[in-house]
Amino acid sequence: MSSPDLLALTAAQAAEAIVAGSLDAAELVESYRSRAQADRAAREEGLNCFTWVAEESEIGTAQPLAGVPVAVKDLFCTAGAPSQSGSRILEGYIPPYTATAVQRLTEAGASMIAKTNQDEFAMGSSNENSAYGPVRNPWDRTRVPGGSSGGSAAAVAAGLAPWALGTDTGGSIRQPAALCGIVGLKPTYGAVSRYGMIAFASSLDQAGPLTRDVRDAALMLSLMVGQDPADATSLQFPEQIGVPCAERLDGLRLGVPGELTGEGIEAGVLEAFRAALKTAEGLGAEIVEVQLPHAPHALAAYYVLAPAEASSNLARFDGVRYGLRAENPTDLLDMYTRTRHDGFGAEVKRRIMLGTYALSSGYYDAYYGRAQRVRTMIARDFATAFGEVDFILTPTAPTVAFELGEKTGDPLSMYLNDFCTVPMSLAGIPAISIPCGLSGGLPVGLQLAGPAFSENRLLDAAYAMESVLAFDGSPARV
Amino acid sequence: MSDLEPVIGLEIHIQLATATKMFCGCGLSFGEPSNTRTCPVCLGLPGSLPVANARAVHFGLMIGLALGSELAPRSIFHRKNYFYPDLPKGYQISQYDEPLCLGGRLGDVRIHRVHLEEDAAKLIHVGSSGRIHGSDASIVDFNRGGTPLAEIVTEPDLRSAEQAGEWLRLLRSTMRALGVSDVNMEEGSLRCDANISLRPAGSQELGVKTELKNMNSFRFIERGIRAEIARQAKLISSGERVVQETLHFDPASGAITSLRSKEEAHDYRYFPEPDLVPVAIDRQMLDAAAADMPELPSARAQRFQDELGLAPDSAQLLAFRVELGDYFEAALAAGADPAPPPQALANWVTGELLGRLDDLDDPAASNVQAGALAALVGMLDARQVNAGAARQVLDRLIADGGDPRQIVQAEGLGAIEDSDELASIVAAALAANPDAAQKVKDGNAKAIGPIVGHVMRETKGRADGGEVSRLVNEQLGI
Repeated sequence: MSSPDLLALTAAQAAEAIVAGSLDAAELVESYRSRAQADRAAREEGLNCFTWVAEESEIGTAQPLAGVPVAVKDLFCTAGAPSQSGSRILEGYIPPYTATAVQRLTEAGASMIAKTNQDEFAMGSSNENSAYGPVRNPWDRTRVPGGSSGGSAAAVAAGLAPWALGTDTGGSIRQPAALCGIVGLKPTYGAVSRYGMIAFASSLDQAGPLTRDVRDAALMLSLMVGQDPADATSLQFPEQIGVPCAERLDGLRLGVPGELTGEGIEAGVLEAFRAALKTAEGLGAEIVEVQLPHAPHALAAYYVLAPAEASSNLARFDGVRYGLRAENPTDLLDMYTRTRHDGFGAEVKRRIMLGTYALSSGYYDAYYGRAQRVRTMIARDFATAFGEVDFILTPTAPTVAFELGEKTGDPLSMYLNDFCTVPMSLAGIPAISIPCGLSGGLPVGLQLAGPAFSENRLLDAAYAMESVLAFDGSPARV
Repeated sequence: MSDLEPVIGLEIHIQLATATKMFCGCGLSFGEPSNTRTCPVCLGLPGSLPVANARAVHFGLMIGLALGSELAPRSIFHRKNYFYPDLPKGYQISQYDEPLCLGGRLGDVRIHRVHLEEDAAKLIHVGSSGRIHGSDASIVDFNRGGTPLAEIVTEPDLRSAEQAGEWLRLLRSTMRALGVSDVNMEEGSLRCDANISLRPAGSQELGVKTELKNMNSFRFIERGIRAEIARQAKLISSGERVVQETLHFDPASGAITSLRSKEEAHDYRYFPEPDLVPVAIDRQMLDAAAADMPELPSARAQRFQDELGLAPDSAQLLAFRVELGDYFEAALAAGADPAPPPQALANWVTGELLGRLDDLDDPAASNVQAGALAALVGMLDARQVNAGAARQVLDRLIADGGDPRQIVQAEGLGAIEDSDELASIVAAALAANPDAAQKVKDGNAKAIGPIVGHVMRETKGRADGGEVSRLVNEQLGI
């Protein structure tokens, strides 16, 4: 098989070809690994998708993946490979154990070829908060890939990996998938073990696939789900994740919430979104309006809850046991303050301060307590809506990929990127982003969200849409 | 001073005797080399997650049952956030406003709450000071980190240092009977803080309290509380005010020093631990805890009174020191003939025997077998030996063990049972001590001493003192 043909295969297709004997796993792995290596060597001239690329990959042999390469977001702990969560404070940190999600993929025959760049501790929507430099969008190198799983999204879109593992806290899989024109799935909270994921916000973090198509998303998910004795919040998925194969959407009611599809959404994005709704109607679905009355408050609640948890989760980076430690400290406090001053970037510090404030005695009820109540109301909004409709559809992100540096000076406008994705995160429900068209030559994402554990039906619907939308991601392939 | 009443409440930490740590699978440490009982979880490595120890919850429920607490059907863990090198995550997982057990009572002290948490690691400070300030370096041993703790908090129902010490012994014996902990203060498996305030006697309001930290022996606790009561009383009587602060009692110097004032108190920023699910207590868990409940010291004391007719003091002394109670019951069950009366046996266990054990806590570990003591007390009661001879036999048993009846025979310590023989010895004693005989006859009962002494010398102590007195009076015609 020639190199371009080989790179054109989805992960599922490649696995089938290897098992069938028509494709050599080692050749496939080496082909991707050397491309990843080249991107890493190119530094600023490349996309900067990776924080580490294997010198030599161990080729998986187990089925069903039979050696198919995978790129893994930096924040997953991987024994023997640096796991830095995009932060200076963990520079060069090599964990002694491997995250459950990665372990399950390698046990299914995946070959890990690289760790992908990300916003520091998954805090960001542009990948500009990485201590290892920004990632560029393969559709336009002057633009951001989205974040925080920006390296994973750009690598898949650019054909530097057949698929990648990411994490989503408030949109960190879905938004970069949308901005890079690929598929991104955030599973139901608890569906995939968080053990070994360097935590940002524990009650929201969830691992998920970034892939070229919906079937690959289903395949990767099917290999990762399931209760993990090492993660008390993980759950047994009630059914097997199957291969999506729906061709029609007959009988499905799709809800469009006015709160997330009006003000604040770019015109070009809305246009592509409305066209996608027409496509769904064409497939037999009924489009109805639904209300998510508390959704507009989701972002405010999220930016209290997530920083609150982060302020505590990041306390362990104190210079005592691993990672950066300030040199020649005069005393304990000096070691703490200089280590954290030097090790954390500006956005991380901002969120630690926000979170610390929100949890402070005397402010807890006004901030954290109140945000939790909003979270409960948002979950109820969704429960009510799913009494009327099967899925909820929104644009994934309010804009297409924006210019590098465009929003770095204005955190609030950066936070607005998560406007459409955060409500689902707070509700703990699954949501998938699929590319639904272009606006000004840049990809637009369509988000479909369903009730908890509805992944099979959700993937089926996304698959049916994908087949008809026939989005061509190849312009981005380098 | 006399019109001030001390008000004391205790906070007791008990290390639970589980096989593994509170939130990971590491075995508990008993003096292993430093940092050999650790894993990613108890080292707080990035990405690791806690899983609650079911056995610790079981022990917590048993403690709740023993204290008559209300067992919460649902309790949750919180994070208590603060920076210290012995706290690898930067927070301690503890329970806050929804603890495992609420309320209850032990003896005459009400219980406020019981909750579960994890122990901190151990800091070793290198250099002259022995404390973190001024040390050259500090080394952290994480073997202890993550050991399960039950924290028991009392209401402020104690009124003196002695009462606090006495109550703490009852608590210790209760925990020991439950088998949930070694409750050894010297080894740190039982640790106690005391909250102390003074108020005018008869007042219902509480004065300003201070907290006396981490006293590690019963003696130090009583001394510390006494010293703090005296310090506060002196302040109040000289018109000064007690300041709310945390104090350290130095048992070597008797000095009380301030650790931190109220203003310096930590803001722990408690919030629900998002990495754990609530502890939901079901019928099965309650049944299992109930099934493991032994007879508790207070119930045992009552049984000793009701069934054996022991005096309340004896009953409590035996029941509250589990090993004494066990020895006493083993002696009763040994089948000695003649059988010892329970109260006499109790007196010998808690008096003569305990007084000869020096540092040994458990008489079962001495040379005196429970059956041997029972036989000795039975012989004494049947006047086969007199009290003095019995004490000599006990000395022999302490030294070498053995059978008291054989010792009595071999040493010729048996009581003189031939009344005629004793009568003639008494007659000879009266003849040898005419002055004393006259004084006794004149009504000076104390003058009998030399006469009895003479008889005892002649009989090598085998005569029964009461019988000698009777014969003296008889022969003198009194």
